Amino acid sequence: MSDPVLSIRGLTLALPKGADRPYAVEDVSYDVHGSEILCVVGESGSGKSMAANAVMGLLPKGVRATGGEVMFDGQNLLTLTEKQHRELRGLRIGMIFQEPMTALNPLMRVGAQIGEVFEAHNKLTPPERQARALELLIEVGIPQPEKAIRAYPFELSGGQRQRVMIAMALALEPELLIADEPTTALDVTTQAQILELIADLQRRHGMAVMFITHDFGVVAEIATRVCVMREGRIVELGTARDVLERPQHDYTRALIEAIPGNRIPESRYLDPPTPLLEVSHLHKVFRSRGGLFKASREVHALDDVSFILAPGETLGVVGESGSGKSTLGRCVVRLERPDSGTLTLSGIDLSSLKGEALRRERRRVQMIFQDPYASLNPRTRVGMAIAQGPIANGVARDKALKQADELLELVGLGGVADRFPHEFSGGQRQRIGIARALALDPELIVADEAVSALDVSIQAQILHLLEDLKHRLSLSLLFITHDLRVAAQICDRILVMQNGRIVEQGSARDVFLNPQAAYTRELLAAIPGREQALASA
Amino acid sequence: MKFLARFAQNRGALIGLIILVAIILMAILAPLVFPESPWRMVQRPFLPPLEQDGFPLGTDTMGRNVASGLMHGAWVSLLIGLVSTTVALAIGVPLGAIAGYYGGLIDDALMRFTEFFQTIPNFALAIVLVAIMQPSVTSIVLAIALVSWPPVARLVRAEFMSLRHREYVEAARLVGQGDLTIILRQILPNTLSPIIVLASLMVATAILLESALSFLGLGDPNVMSWGYMIGAARTVIRQAWWLSFFPGVAILLTVLSLNLVGEGLDDALNPKLARERQ
Repeated sequence: MSDPVLSIRGLTLALPKGADRPYAVEDVSYDVHGSEILCVVGESGSGKSMAANAVMGLLPKGVRATGGEVMFDGQNLLTLTEKQHRELRGLRIGMIFQEPMTALNPLMRVGAQIGEVFEAHNKLTPPERQARALELLIEVGIPQPEKAIRAYPFELSGGQRQRVMIAMALALEPELLIADEPTTALDVTTQAQILELIADLQRRHGMAVMFITHDFGVVAEIATRVCVMREGRIVELGTARDVLERPQHDYTRALIEAIPGNRIPESRYLDPPTPLLEVSHLHKVFRSRGGLFKASREVHALDDVSFILAPGETLGVVGESGSGKSTLGRCVVRLERPDSGTLTLSGIDLSSLKGEALRRERRRVQMIFQDPYASLNPRTRVGMAIAQGPIANGVARDKALKQADELLELVGLGGVADRFPHEFSGGQRQRIGIARALALDPELIVADEAVSALDVSIQAQILHLLEDLKHRLSLSLLFITHDLRVAAQICDRILVMQNGRIVEQGSARDVFLNPQAAYTRELLAAIPGREQALASA
Repeated sequence: MKFLARFAQNRGALIGLIILVAIILMAILAPLVFPESPWRMVQRPFLPPLEQDGFPLGTDTMGRNVASGLMHGAWVSLLIGLVSTTVALAIGVPLGAIAGYYGGLIDDALMRFTEFFQTIPNFALAIVLVAIMQPSVTSIVLAIALVSWPPVARLVRAEFMSLRHREYVEAARLVGQGDLTIILRQILPNTLSPIIVLASLMVATAILLESALSFLGLGDPNVMSWGYMIGAARTVIRQAWWLSFFPGVAILLTVLSLNLVGEGLDDALNPKLARERQ
C-alpha cells in the first residue's frame, strides 16, 4: 500500500475542565490512504468528529491537542499556525458538513459561493471561476446546472445543496476530503444518490476520503476501511469486509446487531376484527398567507387518506420528508384539524370535535414525540410531567404522582420522579415521554419519529421497550418513521406515503418482500447496506 | 446555589448589588436617622457640606437638611420604581401572553392597542397623565406604569410565540390541559428569565422618569424626592452646587446599580449566552 495521505498518530485532545470526561479523543491512531474511503463510525459523543476538526484546525474553543501528531504531506497539522491552516483548507483538504441548510450563505448565489473558493486562494480570473463552477456543478450532477449556478440556496432542495457543498469541496481538487455526516439530514433516496456520487468522485479523482458517520448501513455501502470509535478511543480498525462480517470487538458487534432491519419482518398479520381507528378520505391543505405581492401557496399535506387500524396492531407510516406522514399523525391526535374526512376512534368521530368536547376526548389518543430534548418542559419535574395528564383529567394529585412513579418503573427508570429533565440522557428522556403517553391509559398511541433522534444502540433499546410494552399492555400503535429499517422491526402493517397520498399498504412482510408500488421499491433499494443485510439474512 | 455562584461571577453585578442594598438600607433607616420631616427648616439656608455637625451635606435654599432629604427621597424613588414596574408587568405580561398564545385576530387587536401606546412619546404621555390626575404618588406610579408596559407585552408575546409550538406544550395540550393551565404552568415559567431581567431595568427607568417628573414640578408635593431636590436647586446651581450634585449622584448610583444587577441576572439566568459573550 502507498504512503498514507493523512496519518494520525497517538492523537489526544483534552476537553475543558468540567466536561464529562477528560479527553475528547485519547491516543487515536489511523491512516487515510489515497484512493480509499475510511469510515469513522461511532455514536454521539464518541469523539469521531473531533479528530477531523483537529485535521482542519477547527477545534472548538477549550479543546486542545495535548499529544500525538497529525501528519499530512510531511507537516504536523497540529503545530501549524492559523494562516498556514487556511492555505491547506480547501486547497489540499476539502470538507463537507452535515447540515446543507446552514453551511451555505443564504444571500449568495451558488456560482458566487463556489467562485469564492478560488478567490480565497487567489486562483483563476473571475470569468474562469464561473466557468469552472459550472463544470463542477455538472460534475456533481445537479439538474439544470446553468440555472442552478444563478440560484440562491433556498431555491435548491437539501440533496442539491449537498451537491453544491461537494462541488465547493472539490473545487481545488484536494487530496483529502473530509465528510462529516454528509447524508444524515437527507432522505433515504437522496442519501443513496449522494453516497453514490461521493464514491464515484473518489474513484475518478483518486482522493482519500475520511467519512464520518453513525450509520453502519452507510458504512456497508461506501467504506473501504472502517474505524469504530467509542468514548474517544478506537475499538476496532480494519477493512470494511472484516469489520462488518467478522467484528472482533463486542461493541462493534452490538452496534451492528442494533441496526434495525438486518432482519426481514416476520408475518404478524392479524385478521381485522372491528377496527379501533378508522380513517376515511382525510384531506388537509396548508395555505401560506399570500402577501400583497405574492400569491398564496397551497400544499396538499394529506390527499384522500384512508386506512384502518385494528386493536393491538402496530401500523407503520413510512415516507420521506414532505410526504405528509407527520401531518397524518398530528391530525390523528388532533393537534391539527383535518379539512375534510372522518377519523373514527371506536365509534366516535374525532375529526369534528372542538373546544371542551375535544379536550375531554384527548386522553384516548396520546403521542410520543420525536425530540426527547424538546418534548419535556425543562422546568417541570419528570414525575409531575407524567402526572399532569391524569391531574388535568380529574385524578387526585397524590394518586397521579404515585401512578407516575409506577409508570417510570415500567419504562425502566425507578425512583427518579423528582428530578428535572436536564438530568437525563436522550434515551432516558424518551422513556419518560413514553411513560407520559401511557399515563392516560390511551386506546391509541401515535409515535412520531420516536426513535429518529437517538443513537442506534439506544434506538434498539427504545424499540425493544415499545415492543415489550405492546405485548404487556396490548397497545395499539401508529408508528411514524422515515426509516424503513425501524418500521420493519416493530410494525405489523405498513403504509407508504408520498406527497400526501398512500401509495401502498399491506403487511410488513409483503411490503418488504413484494413491494407493489414503484416508489416503495425505490425506497427499499435506497436503504444503505441493504444488499449486505439481505445476503446475511 | 448554582444561580448565586453564577451571579457572583459577574463582578459588576456584585458591586451593583452592594450599592443597591446600601440604598435600600438608606431608605429603611431614614425615619430612624432623621425622625423629623425632611421639609422642616432646621438651619440657615445655603449651608455648605461638612461645615456643621448634623448637616454633612449642608442645607438648601430654605434651610432644609439635604442629607435628610436624600435619605427620605430614596424611599420614594425605590417605592415608585418597584410599584410602577409591578403594575406595568401586571398589564404587560397577561396582554403579551394572550396575544402570543392565541395569535390571529386576538394578537392583531392587542398589538394594535399596544402600538397605540408606543406611538406616543413616553415622557409626554406621562406628563399629560400626571397633569390630568393631579400630582400624587398614586398618579405618578400609574402614569409611569401606563407608559412602560408596551415593551413587556412585546417581549412576553415574542417568547410565547416561540414557545407555544414546542413539543412539551403540544404534549400538555394532548393530555387535555386547558389553555389557562398551559399558559400558567407550561409556558410562563419558561419566559421568566427575560422578564426578570427586563423588570430590573424597568425599575431603573421608572426612577429616572419619576425624577424627571419631579424636576418639572409634577412630583407629589407631600413627599421629598430626588428629582424635586434637583429641580428646586437648578436656579442656584452656581451658588450652591451641592444641592443638585448629591441627589444627582444618588440617582446615578441607583440606576447604575439596577442596570448592573439586571445584567448580572441576565448572565446568571442564561448561562449559555453569557459564556458565548466572553
